[in-house]
Amino acid sequence: MLFKISWKNILYKKLNSFLCILLMTLGIAMISLLMLLGKQLQDKFAKNISGIDLVVGAKGSPLQLILSSVYQIDNPTGNVYLDDVAAIAQNPLVKEMIPLSMGDNYQGFRIIGTNKKYFEHFKTKIASGKMFKGNLEVVLGASTAQNANLKVGDTFASSHGLDSEGEKHAENNYKVVGILEYNNSVVDNLILTSLNSVWNIHEHKDEHHEEEAADSTIKREITSAIIKFRSPMGMMTMPRNINQNSKLQAAVPAIEVNRLFELLGIGIEGLQFLAAVIMLISGISVFVSLYNSLKERKYEMALMLSMGASRTRLFLMLLLEGIILSLLGFIAGIALSRIGIYLISNALSKKFHFDVSQFSLQTGEIYLFVGALLVGILAAAIPSIGIYRINISKTLATE
Amino acid sequence: MLACSELSFSYDTKKTFNFPSFSCEKGETLLILGNSGTGKTTLLHLLALLLTPNGGSIKINNNELATLSAKESTKMRANHLGIIYQKPHFVSSLSVLDNLLLANYLADQKESKEQAQKLANNLGISGLLDKKTSMLSGGEQQRVSIARALMNNPDVILADEPTSNLDDENCEKVIQLLENQSKNIGAALIIVTHDQRLKDNFKNIITL
Repeated sequence: MLFKISWKNILYKKLNSFLCILLMTLGIAMISLLMLLGKQLQDKFAKNISGIDLVVGAKGSPLQLILSSVYQIDNPTGNVYLDDVAAIAQNPLVKEMIPLSMGDNYQGFRIIGTNKKYFEHFKTKIASGKMFKGNLEVVLGASTAQNANLKVGDTFASSHGLDSEGEKHAENNYKVVGILEYNNSVVDNLILTSLNSVWNIHEHKDEHHEEEAADSTIKREITSAIIKFRSPMGMMTMPRNINQNSKLQAAVPAIEVNRLFELLGIGIEGLQFLAAVIMLISGISVFVSLYNSLKERKYEMALMLSMGASRTRLFLMLLLEGIILSLLGFIAGIALSRIGIYLISNALSKKFHFDVSQFSLQTGEIYLFVGALLVGILAAAIPSIGIYRINISKTLATE
Repeated sequence: MLACSELSFSYDTKKTFNFPSFSCEKGETLLILGNSGTGKTTLLHLLALLLTPNGGSIKINNNELATLSAKESTKMRANHLGIIYQKPHFVSSLSVLDNLLLANYLADQKESKEQAQKLANNLGISGLLDKKTSMLSGGEQQRVSIARALMNNPDVILADEPTSNLDDENCEKVIQLLENQSKNIGAALIIVTHDQRLKDNFKNIITL
């Protein structure tokens, strides 16, 4: 019955209740969304750098080098000579060097020239078809195959540059020979081929402009290379050495990603603060709503008191109204944040080839639940204390 | 059933109300007439244990009530007194039926839909049970108040100006219903009013 009265009171003041719930929903949804996004981006970023000790490429911004070579989301810093990188790889501290060559795309999916070590690094498995062997043969990541609607045996013409509007290499078509299993890493959104294929396509193109391209002594270029060390000693000495004594740039993914998250963190914190303010306003709106209704319902309260209700029982009844409102707001907010994450992950996976889909309740959201509950209880408790001050006889006689 | 003697009460030091002694037996009706300012509502609130008298005694079934604690008074009032207020007030978010059941609930008694239905039939409001109280006419609201006062089968029914807002026809009906229902459950009925129309209906009249 107590719950029923509270519930009926909430329904009786539809607009007021709606406003309280709406504000709470917005606050909760924003905080929850930021928590989910932050966590999942961090997970995603951390997963993709695992095992990569160093990235070597052309001089420029180290963050840009990491973003372009590891995450495949920024433009490369430029090209470097394969010979120079190979020289570094001669160092006994280096366990493995994986060259990467980029520059073309198909429908926005990057075509990366590399070797088998890249596949081993990400522990990929072939879902259908086989690995590339010959010239212009490619293997597709799972998401690429799905979104670009390509299957084994299809051919396509790549576009120059990293966005799909680039000039087409119409004269040379790539052929799909294999599709990888879903790997939950950056590989899912790539088109992989041999270094030779990338070089061939661009040499062919260059012939139209400059005759010298056929020169067999030409120095091969790559975009960057992923380096793994045998021991932590490599980490201590090599980046500094490379940056100071060569034309190349060495960037440590772990450091750059931390820097990126420090920058992002400021934005996320700012938004979380805003969301907390919205939650607070929701609390105030519950407060004002209950305060006003208590004034209007003073006679009702006196009546119930005269009919045998204890003041504590009525206090609990009003408290329950606040709790119900904030709980409804919490549930709607969590639902809204899941819808938001779904939409964002759809938009992200098209634009940045990132897939962030995780719908389970986060531990942070339990604190959020407690927070919402506290806001509801506090906002309801303050005006409801008035219950203890009602003079029954006076209220019944005068109103 | 109900007997009170030499009740007195003052809101401040300037004016003190001294009320005459009276009693009312089971199934009887007592009309207390008085003009505004003579302390009608004060007397009713004293009898309803909403105010504590400065002196005198109130007895129901020979139990002294004037000296009960606030908690005991609340329990006493909820279980043994039925009160009909001047303006019919309800919990506006609840339906008529729920307002009736609320009387059971707040007195910690079993919520009896049968009792509510029976009273509604007797008072001619059975068609209104699902409506919100704000949708009812003045006469209908007053009848719902009567039903609510009777929900816990009280020993004493106290009515404060139950007819002052009603036209002659409704006034007559409401008083008839009030008297019949009190007789049905064997309760003492005390009506406090300035409404001179009621004078002819009752034998026991006290004028303040």
